Amino acid sequence: MTLGLLPPDGPERLHAAALALLEEVGVRIAAPPAVKVLAAAGARVDGDRVRMPRNLVEQALAAAPPHVPLHDREGGRVAVLGEPGTWFNPGSCATRWLESDGRTVRESTASDLETLLALNDTLEHIALQSTALVCHDVPRQVGDSYRLWVALATSPKPVVTGAFSAEGLHDLLDLLAAVAGSRDALAARPLAVFDACPSPPLKWAHPAAMNILEGARAGVPLNFISMPMPGAASPVTLAGSLLLHTVENLSGLVLAQVAQPGARVIWGGAPVVFDMRYGTSAMAAMEATLMGLAAAEMGRWYRLPTHTYAALSDGKVVDAQAGAETAAGAVLTVLGGINLVSGPGMLEFALTHSLEKLVIDHEICGQALGLTRGLRLDPEALASELIAELGPGGNYLACSHTRRHFRSEFRLPGPVLDRRDRRTWHAEGARDSWQQAREEAASRLARPPRRLQGPRREALDAAMREVFRRRQVSPPPHFLAHLRPDR
Amino acid sequence: MDRGSLLEEMYRVVYEGEVHRAAAVAERALEAGLDPLECLDLGFMKALQQVGVEFGTGEKFLPELVAAAEAVQRALQVLEPRLAALRSRRQALGRVVLGTVEGDIHEIGKRIVGSLLGAAGFEVVDLGVDVPAGTFLERARELQADILGLSALLTTTMERQREVIARVRQAGLPVRVMVGGAPVTASWAEEIGADGYAEDATAAVELARRLVGVERCG
Repeated sequence: MTLGLLPPDGPERLHAAALALLEEVGVRIAAPPAVKVLAAAGARVDGDRVRMPRNLVEQALAAAPPHVPLHDREGGRVAVLGEPGTWFNPGSCATRWLESDGRTVRESTASDLETLLALNDTLEHIALQSTALVCHDVPRQVGDSYRLWVALATSPKPVVTGAFSAEGLHDLLDLLAAVAGSRDALAARPLAVFDACPSPPLKWAHPAAMNILEGARAGVPLNFISMPMPGAASPVTLAGSLLLHTVENLSGLVLAQVAQPGARVIWGGAPVVFDMRYGTSAMAAMEATLMGLAAAEMGRWYRLPTHTYAALSDGKVVDAQAGAETAAGAVLTVLGGINLVSGPGMLEFALTHSLEKLVIDHEICGQALGLTRGLRLDPEALASELIAELGPGGNYLACSHTRRHFRSEFRLPGPVLDRRDRRTWHAEGARDSWQQAREEAASRLARPPRRLQGPRREALDAAMREVFRRRQVSPPPHFLAHLRPDR
Repeated sequence: MDRGSLLEEMYRVVYEGEVHRAAAVAERALEAGLDPLECLDLGFMKALQQVGVEFGTGEKFLPELVAAAEAVQRALQVLEPRLAALRSRRQALGRVVLGTVEGDIHEIGKRIVGSLLGAAGFEVVDLGVDVPAGTFLERARELQADILGLSALLTTTMERQREVIARVRQAGLPVRVMVGGAPVTASWAEEIGADGYAEDATAAVELARRLVGVERCG
């Protein structure tokens, strides 16, 4: 079961229009080494403007693998993107933190990131983690690598991440290789997805282009996150924005495949509605979700793994808007068959993360994932014999068929999504979902964490120290606190 | 065309956001002998401020505001040389020179800020994107800017804001510097010695008013 929004000939028409634009208009790439390899592969280059002929694009598409496996820190396979299924991860990368009073918002820190990822580690319906927060208490030069160090040290889940600069990519690769054992081992069992975002419309800034070029060569999965802004940085029509999205993602894909044929790529996106009143980028707007679903249809048509931003909210606090927008996004992206969905935990245009929201969203994601199962119609499930046997007035509660199947037929949510009767709810404290989430977060955080330990931890810390040395910064207090023996 | 209809025409090209006609209308007004200052105050800028008011009340939206501001920019390009020759300076709240720092090609946020500042009565000179520190310095000096606005959307290009501010201070320019962009925060603004930081375009207008010493009204 997969939701389809495009007309049957939609992907073909979008593809044809995208090919024409890539050939005639092209994209601007502000990274000479990337432009150089594209020129050598047959792109027409004029300064930083790169026009890509049709056959180059078709070759690149043919070279891109349909599946991207993702492994956890211990080497176990967690997901195969491109196969049916949705895997959620907390959106990346917010700059603010909503405190547990539910109102105070401040700049996020390394310790916030560690707490968020420790909590995320306990949430089964959010299969991946991400470098979800910018750590404002960490020197800027190591802002990208330090986030990844926190993630790798805190939780075994695969990581959605990205480098802030061309050099940053190598810092991140060193950390990942330290955990995986070597760069080859990392390439064999990818542990992280690297996001690469074009700057709409039709531009790739230097860091993003260099990350594609060198990330492809290093064998890390690259996630192209085009972010059309209808009416501001792309045509105001959803179709026009979708076309621009297609062109931008294809240009990234061509660069990756030219750099390394067979490079693992993901057809991603962060569609938004540019609000014409406030100038904000509403990520949870229904039209944004619609674009995300349609973009994923394009990705599937290209036989590529897909990604989008969804299951998040543009509200400022964890309220009804937060729940409604997150649930709509989660349900629609699961039904839309999008493989990788970034968003849970996020508020305010992906700027803010909250522990409590992550706990609530986890239950929402769990319910949404329940939709993928569809309905079995085999005799045991259809139970016509049973219906005949029990007849009118039969008692299903007492029969063995019920005992056999009730555990697998239903996903029971809780404690946040509440199904108690009012009297019990009252007797047990009459807590609303925010209060439930707060308690649930605290109790989950009290569980023993699955921190990386032993020789691989030493290797990871050594790699981080090497990055500090290379970037000529002192280790932040958060790092030093981790090395104290009492931890 | 008489003075009245010319002023009406100027008002209309801005109010309706007819960007491509603005320069021609300004030229026609100058040919007819109108005072360039009057063209701005009673024609082009009057319309932009009206669009600003209607944006504030929710009757007009960003595409209309940005188009109106863009039309004024086009008209200014025609009127500026004449204003300079007459050595007259407009009764604007202040002159703002703004741009996106070197290495950064992001445009939208800065353009919205520019439009809103224009609608609020500031004179705005937009230097575009990927602007080197030296260009900010030269243009701010040459235009005797009251405010310099530096936009950056990447964590890697934020450092350029620091560089521009350092050079502005070193040169002793009497200009107030405001910074903005997605990764920019109040503490960053403080760290690099900016005179102010605004989280969004509306806040940028309030900040600019504060920086030139105009109390917030309404």
